[in-house]
Amino acid sequence: MSWFIRKSAGIKTKTSQQIEVPDGQWVKCTGCSETVNRREIERNQLVCPKCSYHFKMSSIGYFDLLFDDSAYELFDQNLVPTDPLLFTDRKPYADRLRQTREKTGLTDAARSATGKISGHQTSVAAMDFGFIGGSMGSVVGEVIARAIKRGYENQWPVLVISQSGGARMMEGALSLMQMAKTSAHLAKLDAEGLPFIVLLTNPTTGGVTASFAMLGDLHLAEPGALIGFAGPRVIRETMGQDLPSGFQTSEFLVEKGFIDRIVDRRSLKEELGHLLDMLID
Amino acid sequence: MKKTILLEFEKPLAELEAKLDEMRQVGSEDPAPELLASIEKLEQRVAELRTSIYTNLTRWQRVQIARHPERPYTLDYIEAMTEGFVELHGDRLFGDDTALVGGLATFKGSRYGTSDQNVMILGHQKGRDTKSRRYRRFGMPNPEGYRKALRLMKMAAKFGRPIITLLDTPGAFPGMEAEERGQAEAIARNLLEMSRLPVPIVVAVIGEGASGGAIGIGVGDRILMLENAWYSVIAPESCSSILWRSWDYKEDAARALKLTAPDLIEHGIIDEIVPEPLGGAHRDPSFCFTKLGTAIARNLAELSEKDGAVLTDERLAKFSVMGAWEEA
Repeated sequence: MSWFIRKSAGIKTKTSQQIEVPDGQWVKCTGCSETVNRREIERNQLVCPKCSYHFKMSSIGYFDLLFDDSAYELFDQNLVPTDPLLFTDRKPYADRLRQTREKTGLTDAARSATGKISGHQTSVAAMDFGFIGGSMGSVVGEVIARAIKRGYENQWPVLVISQSGGARMMEGALSLMQMAKTSAHLAKLDAEGLPFIVLLTNPTTGGVTASFAMLGDLHLAEPGALIGFAGPRVIRETMGQDLPSGFQTSEFLVEKGFIDRIVDRRSLKEELGHLLDMLID
Repeated sequence: MKKTILLEFEKPLAELEAKLDEMRQVGSEDPAPELLASIEKLEQRVAELRTSIYTNLTRWQRVQIARHPERPYTLDYIEAMTEGFVELHGDRLFGDDTALVGGLATFKGSRYGTSDQNVMILGHQKGRDTKSRRYRRFGMPNPEGYRKALRLMKMAAKFGRPIITLLDTPGAFPGMEAEERGQAEAIARNLLEMSRLPVPIVVAVIGEGASGGAIGIGVGDRILMLENAWYSVIAPESCSSILWRSWDYKEDAARALKLTAPDLIEHGIIDEIVPEPLGGAHRDPSFCFTKLGTAIARNLAELSEKDGAVLTDERLAKFSVMGAWEEA
């Protein structure tokens, strides 16, 4: 198994891996359109210091943020996608995979790690929107299923950080089956009486929402995230009318009863630790 | 053969058949030897063309057959394969959904080589005419549909009844209210709960198996699929619109998605292909009722040997191996 350990605190991943904040020292915030110093955003867990807009964070970014002393062990780094359907749209899937891998340095759209959060050994999986829209194909499904399995085999809680446009079209029904696979492993985790916590980040839609992301004992969401099953464009076409503002946001889902709490990323580690303290002896 | 609505690719065949009918008409009045000879020749051509069209169906053509307006739907199968069907309504939370039907029935195994058995049977339901299509929401359930399905399936588990689900949907309904009431949560919940129901579950894709809306009642011990049904992560039109940024590439999308029964058996997603008559289920529904009934009967008989814990362990193992990846 290929893995490594980060023992020392404060090691920071290359910026290019961490965020989708545009290049340059000065950044125009997507939320408030103010010009903000990049370093300031980076020091602030990728949250705009002016308007609290949450920029997307990578899987490694979350691992560094959430694990005690940023120390964790990565798993299943050796799982790589294949092209089972020999899928081609305007571009062959195989090329898309290769180019995305080169561009992002990622093998697919999810990574898993274990380490301590507030002293509790936890199995965590996190998604990367930068890899084909964070879409769930076979590898993502397998990485998440194994992270859940690692939880129930070792009696650890499981945390999944979702960030995905949905199931990956280029693997057809194989992608669809990942919804069933991940959910079935969650049934096992549930039977063991272990906590499953989901942090929904921007965006979480489609087959990811309709499987593991909506099956937590606890659903936390970052502010202002788009969360839903069908995409807003599809719904707009179905209804033939504009959607109310704020539709399918984290705040909307709290109101409708599908999210427990909205958590600012800057207090996320603390809040997660507190919840785990209360759930685990 | 009864008059049926023709699909575009069937038209050359229909023209030839019409010509043949005409010649037969003339032949019956004036059976000249030359005419009889050309009738025979034409009959042969018709037979050849029919075989060549229907045994070389493209993926998009199969999608069209799966959507044929005369194709048998869930309630037709229930009517044919069971007796004493009692439809049960409502999710006990919000309402009843007409796009997903279900209830208790006696599955007529005795007709298919096993024995009769009380089951819970449910599935997506489409309508046949403008009014009933609207009433059935085109077979696209709201969350209430999935929650009703779960209520019925849990009831089946409570009373030790096997479950049969029939998949035929263009997708879960993508509406505003569906979102507000948690379409995603309803589907997700079913995936989790179906994986641990300690009774046999036989799933059959009878028409369209579009995405989360289909798999929302599609986790089971055996997955059967009609020969011309389709099952995938997205409908070809939507796939075309997203990946090609145009609605015009649905045929390419259908090809790329590998969404037919032969494709899916190759990738280990389904267990068995249920044959349809030449030209599709609508050409001879009773043929399909018998074939599907027989397949369900055989699978239920095999599964009834196993106890609940074995069923759920094997179900988890079945879905665990699905997917394609390499371990570098």
